[in-house]
Amino acid sequence: MYQEVILDHYKHPHGRGLRDGDAEVHHVNPTCGDEITLRVKYDGSTIADVSYEGQGCSISQASASVLNDLLVGKELGEARKIQEVFLELMQSKGKLEPDDAMEEVLEDAVAFAGVSKYPARVKCALLSWMAWKDATAQALGETDGAAERKTA
Amino acid sequence: MTVAHQGLSGLLDTEAIRKDFPILDRTIHDGKKLVYLDNAATSQTPRQVLDVLNEYYEQHNANVHRGVHVLAEEATALYEGARDKVAAFINAPSRDEVIFTKNASESLNLVANMLGWADEPYRVDHETEIVITEMEHHSNIVPWQLLSQRTGAKLKWFGLTDDGRLDLSNIDEVITEKTKIVSFVLVSNILGTHNPVEAIVRRAQEVGALVLIDASQAAPHMPLDVQALQADFVAFTGHKMCGPTGIGVLWGRQELLEDLPPFLGGGEMIETVSMNSSTYAPAPHKFEAGTPPVSQAVGLGAAVDYLSAIGMDKIAAHEHAITEYAVKRLLEVPDLRIIGPTTAEERGAAISFTLGDIHPHDVGQVLDEEGIAVRVGHHCARPVCLRYGIPATTRASFYLYSTPGEIDALVDGLEHVRNFFG
Repeated sequence: MYQEVILDHYKHPHGRGLRDGDAEVHHVNPTCGDEITLRVKYDGSTIADVSYEGQGCSISQASASVLNDLLVGKELGEARKIQEVFLELMQSKGKLEPDDAMEEVLEDAVAFAGVSKYPARVKCALLSWMAWKDATAQALGETDGAAERKTA
Repeated sequence: MTVAHQGLSGLLDTEAIRKDFPILDRTIHDGKKLVYLDNAATSQTPRQVLDVLNEYYEQHNANVHRGVHVLAEEATALYEGARDKVAAFINAPSRDEVIFTKNASESLNLVANMLGWADEPYRVDHETEIVITEMEHHSNIVPWQLLSQRTGAKLKWFGLTDDGRLDLSNIDEVITEKTKIVSFVLVSNILGTHNPVEAIVRRAQEVGALVLIDASQAAPHMPLDVQALQADFVAFTGHKMCGPTGIGVLWGRQELLEDLPPFLGGGEMIETVSMNSSTYAPAPHKFEAGTPPVSQAVGLGAAVDYLSAIGMDKIAAHEHAITEYAVKRLLEVPDLRIIGPTTAEERGAAISFTLGDIHPHDVGQVLDEEGIAVRVGHHCARPVCLRYGIPATTRASFYLYSTPGEIDALVDGLEHVRNFFG
């Protein structure tokens, strides 16, 4: 489960720290107390930045770092596709062996495939991704602005 | 390794005891020996209890207190026999003071609901106060929050000292003439703290408040004498003391159980029923509506037999020695901070700690890969984590079958965790 890639992102997180954004959300994982505050910044339909602060286990923190790597600079449609593929992988209960096509989409995030075998940890891996989805919806005016929401 | 353990006194013959627990022989993760250190969550079940459960279902299973056939009579005798065993185990003055519930949470909720529906002088209402502590399990917080919200009663609590003890310095302001009930944990499931009962009971008695003690982490580990505690109610659960899940106990003083109203209505708790009204059976049946957890009660009776045969004072001495050794060894681990008392005095056999900045989920996961089972998280006592400014802890908790070798395995495992994330 603890792939070298995951440990690297945990020890040296990419894009950590809060910067200017169009919307901010705070998500918690109530079962273990993982927390993340995440901001998104859009430049038209391009993701200009995803900045975050958080505390929690290596899986939740590394996942936020990978998200930053993957999504910043992408078009919204493409980012949503990545998010969906990652969600599919995390919900696979360890039964999905990432193929080349998936690896091309998810890059470092395929390292989380092993995490999907541990039901208690899937929420950790998804925390930042659900926060990003929520923040994006808010930034684009798609919600009523419920800033505080649990991922559980 | 054994040389280092020779100084430990009061240890039980764990080699013999562990033979009673088949699960302790399990290997996990490709042949790693199971080191089970999650006893505060649930204990393992000895063959003696498993055999009784099997025999119950193979020979005696029936519903209780109804039917005149042989099986019904046998099942009833076994169920009521378990009540006798539990009553003796906690030195209850009367077997009728022992109410079977499904767990300690239900026992605590039962008292909260009795008091919410009670007449004077027990009634909790908007002019009265409820007192708990900051180190309670959620099961001894939320029922009182609910009662407070429904009645308007004020909920107050004792805070904690930096070293994980109850802060009783303001006891006279916390427990007042308005206090109707003081409910507190005897041994904390997260801090391990063994609380001073006498001071709290004395103050509660001064103002005429009832006292409820959550003994979930005490009943499995030490002699429990409800008369010596001088409380009005004592709650605990079966699955933490070698019994099955689905069985809990509420002990209450007889005159209170006579006076207080039932909570759940149904079969078994009545005397007569008409379409207009009903009268109720005497306690304990008044509080046991519906088919009770029969086999589970019988299993708890067997667990009580098992523990009593070893001796609760011997179990307490064993755990004290193990805890003392564990505290000493854990404090040798760099960056490890014990959350709770850092000595074995006035403390139970559950030790919570943090390990540098490594999140407890990561600690627990890597320990699991080494075969070591611990609990991670807030242990259903989130206010304690907030009090000490931590998101969660790792908790190792011991029982009568725990060995110094398992403590060594834990310490080695923690070194591995540190290297892994270091």
